[in-house]
Amino acid sequence: MMIEKLVFYVFSALLIGSATMVIVSKHSVRAAFFLIVSFCASAVLWMLLEAEFLALLLIFVYVGAVMTLFMFVVMMLNLDKEAVQEKFVRYLPFAVLVVALMVGVLVFAVKPSHLGNLGYAMSTHQAADYSNTKALGMLLYTQYVYAFELAAVILLIAIVASIGLTHREKANNKRQRIASQLQATKADRLVVITDMGVSE
Amino acid sequence: MMHLLTSLLWIVLKVLLIALPLLGAVAYMTLAERKILAYAHVRIGPNRVGFLGLLQPLADGIKLFFKEVIIPTKANSTVFILAPIVSFTTAAAAWAVIPFNTDWILANVNASLLYVLALTSLGVYGILMAGWASNSKYALLGAMRSAAQVVSYEIAMGFALVGVLMAADSTNLQDIVLHQQGGFWHWYWLPLLPMFIVYWISGVAETNRAPFDMAEGEAEIVAGFHVEYSGMSFAIFFLAEYANMILISALASILFLGGWLSPFEGIPILGSLFAFVPGIVWFFSKMAIFLFLYVWLRATFPRYRYDQIMHLGWKVLIPVTIVWIVIEGLLIELKVAPWFS
Repeated sequence: MMIEKLVFYVFSALLIGSATMVIVSKHSVRAAFFLIVSFCASAVLWMLLEAEFLALLLIFVYVGAVMTLFMFVVMMLNLDKEAVQEKFVRYLPFAVLVVALMVGVLVFAVKPSHLGNLGYAMSTHQAADYSNTKALGMLLYTQYVYAFELAAVILLIAIVASIGLTHREKANNKRQRIASQLQATKADRLVVITDMGVSE
Repeated sequence: MMHLLTSLLWIVLKVLLIALPLLGAVAYMTLAERKILAYAHVRIGPNRVGFLGLLQPLADGIKLFFKEVIIPTKANSTVFILAPIVSFTTAAAAWAVIPFNTDWILANVNASLLYVLALTSLGVYGILMAGWASNSKYALLGAMRSAAQVVSYEIAMGFALVGVLMAADSTNLQDIVLHQQGGFWHWYWLPLLPMFIVYWISGVAETNRAPFDMAEGEAEIVAGFHVEYSGMSFAIFFLAEYANMILISALASILFLGGWLSPFEGIPILGSLFAFVPGIVWFFSKMAIFLFLYVWLRATFPRYRYDQIMHLGWKVLIPVTIVWIVIEGLLIELKVAPWFS
C-alpha cells in the first residue's frame, strides 16, 4: 500500500509538472517532449487503477504513433520564436481578461458540492484473474456496440476525406509501376553493339 | 519492511539474471553477424583476437569504452545524451515479460503482449531525439525516415498480433505459448502463416535492419541518426539495436513457434527421445533461427527505397493482415482442429 501511494504521488507530481512545462516551455520540440512525459505519467496512474489495457493503449497509440507524427511535424517546422512571443504579448490584456472571466464563472458556478465526495478512498483491488481488457471488450461489443461502430465509421470517413483532400494527382508525377517493370525483358533494355553492327 | 526488502532484492537478482546474459548475447551477436556476413562474402571475418576471433566483441567493447564521447557544440546536450539511454531502456525493459520456460518469467502480467508492443513503439523516440538533438541535417533526415517507417510498420505488426490474440484468446505471453501445446503442427505459424510472415517483415523494419535500414543509409545520409555519436554513446545505440533484434526474435518464437515447447511433442518415438531437453534450449534455438535470418537478409537484399518501403507497408502488408483476420475469424468459428478446437 505504501509503495502504491509513493508511486501515485511521484507520478502525479511528474504529470502536473510536465503538463505545466508543455505550456511554459518556449521551445516547441521541448514542449512536445514534455507532452510525451505527461502521457507516460498518466499511463502509470491508469495502471494503478488496474486499467492496464487503457494505460498501454495510451502509450501505444498516443505516445507511439500520434506523438511520433507530431514530433515529425514540429521538428520540420522552423518556428520563429520571436514572432510567436510578440503575438503573445500583444494579446496579453485581452487574454488576462478572458482568463479572469472564466475563472470567475467557474468559482461562482462550481461549489464543492458539485465535485462529489472529495475524500475518495483508494480503489479496491480486483481478483488476480480479473482482466481489464476482457471487461472492456465485453462492454464495448455488447452494450455500446452501436456507439463503437459509429465511431469506427466516423474515423473511416475522416481517413477517406483527408486522403481525398491531400492526394491530388500531379501531371508530372513520377511513380513506379511495378507491374510494368516486371514485364520488361532483356530485349527491351539491352542492345549490344559490336563492330559488325548491332546484334542482340 | 524486511519482507519488502528481500522481495526487492530477489527482483534485482532476476533482472541481473536476464540483463547480463542479454548483454553477452548482444556482444556475441555482433561477432556472429560479422562471421556470417564474411562467409556469405567468401571471406573469413574477424579471426585475430582470441581463438577464431572469439574475443573480438570484448576488444570492440574496450575500444569504444575508452574513446572520447564528443558532444557537438551546437547540439542540445541534454537530449543528445538522453537519446541513447531512451533507446536502450525501452529495448531492455521489454524483456521483463518474456517467458523463458514454464514460469521462468520476471513479471507474469495479464497484458504482457500489449506491454511489449507499447515499449517497442517507444523505441523510435531514441532515434527521433538523437536526430533532432544532433543539430545535423543527416541525423535529422535519418530520424525522419525512421519515424515514418516505424509508424507505418507498427500498424501491420499490430494487426499480426491481433491474429495471435484471437487465436490464443489471451494477451499473456505465457498463456499464448501454452495454447500452442502439442508439437510442431500445433504452433501458430501454420494457421497464421501470412501473419507470421508479415510480423517478421515488420519486425525487421521496426528494428531498422537491412533491407529496411533507411535510417542509417550509409550511401545517402552517411550514418543517419547516429552520425554525431562517438565512443560509449554510439555503443549504447548499437547495444539497443541488437537487444531489439534479439527481442523481436524472442517474440516471433513465442508467438508463432511455441516458445519453449518442444517441436516433437506428441510424436511417438521422437517425442520421448527429446523429452529430456529443457525448454529453454528449444527457446534459444528458435531465437537463433530468427537471428540468423536477420543476418541472412542483410547479406542478401539491397536496401529498399523510401517509396518502396511505404508501398510494401501500406499497400501489401496491411491488406494481407486484414484479410487474414477475417479468414482466421471463420477458422475459429468453425473450430478447425487442431488449433481452434
